[in-house]
Amino acid sequence: MGDLVIKNLNQSFPRDDGSRLVVLENLSLDVKDKEFVCILGSSGCGKTTLLRMIAGLDNAESGSVVLDGEEIRGPNPKVGMVFQEYSLFPWRTVIDNIAFGLEMRGIPKEERHRVAEEYLELVNLSQFRDSYPSELSGGMRQRVAVARALALDPVVLLMDEPFGALDAQTRNKLQIELLEIWEKTKKTVVFITHSVDEAVFLADRIVVMTPRPGRICQIFEIPLPRPRDRTSPMFAEIRREVLDLINQHCSIQ
Amino acid sequence: MGKHAKNGRDWRLGVLAIALALIVWQFIAAVIIRYPFILPAPTDVALAFVSLVAKGDIFIDLGTSLVHFAIGLGLALIVGIPLGIVMGWNRRIEALADPVIELLRPIPPLAWIPFAIIWFGLTSFSAGFIIFIGAVFPIIINTYSGFRGVPRVFVEAAKMLGCTRDRDLVRFIAFPAALPSVAAGIRIATGVGWMCLVAAELFGVSNFGLGQKLWFYYSLHQMDSVVVYMILLGLIGLAFDMIFRHYIDKKFLKWRTGEVA
Repeated sequence: MGDLVIKNLNQSFPRDDGSRLVVLENLSLDVKDKEFVCILGSSGCGKTTLLRMIAGLDNAESGSVVLDGEEIRGPNPKVGMVFQEYSLFPWRTVIDNIAFGLEMRGIPKEERHRVAEEYLELVNLSQFRDSYPSELSGGMRQRVAVARALALDPVVLLMDEPFGALDAQTRNKLQIELLEIWEKTKKTVVFITHSVDEAVFLADRIVVMTPRPGRICQIFEIPLPRPRDRTSPMFAEIRREVLDLINQHCSIQ
Repeated sequence: MGKHAKNGRDWRLGVLAIALALIVWQFIAAVIIRYPFILPAPTDVALAFVSLVAKGDIFIDLGTSLVHFAIGLGLALIVGIPLGIVMGWNRRIEALADPVIELLRPIPPLAWIPFAIIWFGLTSFSAGFIIFIGAVFPIIINTYSGFRGVPRVFVEAAKMLGCTRDRDLVRFIAFPAALPSVAAGIRIATGVGWMCLVAAELFGVSNFGLGQKLWFYYSLHQMDSVVVYMILLGLIGLAFDMIFRHYIDKKFLKWRTGEVA
């Protein structure tokens, strides 16, 4: 299961002049099991803050994040995360990065390497098993990061602009691979991006956020069947619709 | 050049430079100065070396100095690394320890000699203490800044993967992430500690030791033997550095290769 219920989240940070910067205001969102949700917004709209709260890395001032009936109060093995910046441990080989979570659970080396190899295969990097992260390209590093997050078999996978630093071609390729992995593993995915194109390509639902205070402005269902074709008229049409609505209702002051 | 240009530098040029330096030294000493007390020639030094080796004391000196050095560096590691770790990991301990360290650090190690004698007497431990003073601060400071500089994303990624206890975060994340900095600290400490050795042996903690003998032969005006001990001190210092560069860096820090390029 992977039902996520986010209710009335509020978060603010103190500013230098004594006032408070409201980052999230009464934000509520339900994410269904096995759903692929993209959270779309410009920088500073609080989307990363929201993701960190789902991850349990930050606590909200008020409100709650509930996963399958259990409130999230700290990092939770049922929630996996792929970070925006490169987060692989550079002193560990690829296989030992993927096996890290299993190692923390006390699973013996042979067993955890066997599991890690399965996920390594899932991201098509078996030949880099014993490489160090510094020997991998940016795209490969993020694929290993996905495998590492999946190796603990979480029910929810959180992704914070994971492909943001990659070139467009690699990015498109990784989007396709991610969808394939999602079809195979059927996790609930919450994916943060500021690219409308990326969101329309990936998501079942797009949640558009606006900044100051961060709140949800629009939610789109994307009815296109997968695999989606970026060049099809339907795709272009939906992308235009999303952009139009964002410009009408969610424009940034 | 060719197969020798491994690090982009031809080692044969280095050998040539050393050979040239020896020739120039020989020329100045034997032809211009001609007074071995002022400047012994390489040939004098070589002869002195042979007779010192024949006497055999030089090996006891080497062993004695290595004992002094091991005491000093060992203590510096035992004290410096844990202290650096807790300071890097805990802001409160940092706030407590930092001012004291910053006050003690500028005191030259040799200024501790009187207290070394009072506290430990004329023992190997006394010499070790001076070396400890020289070596401990680079270790503390590099360990500390290594731990302070652990990227937050590594800690958070580890937490998301079930590594949540402080002890585990230090062991599995902070320590390996800080290791390059810790190793650099130890390397600097090795150099500084070795430089303190001669002075640490000056005040008569033992009848043996490279530094002790250097003084002893000076008092006998046997400057060729003095140079033998100088060269020996230099070569051993160089050897320590080589061990670091070629063994420790390659064995424990090989994951960094390619990161700088």
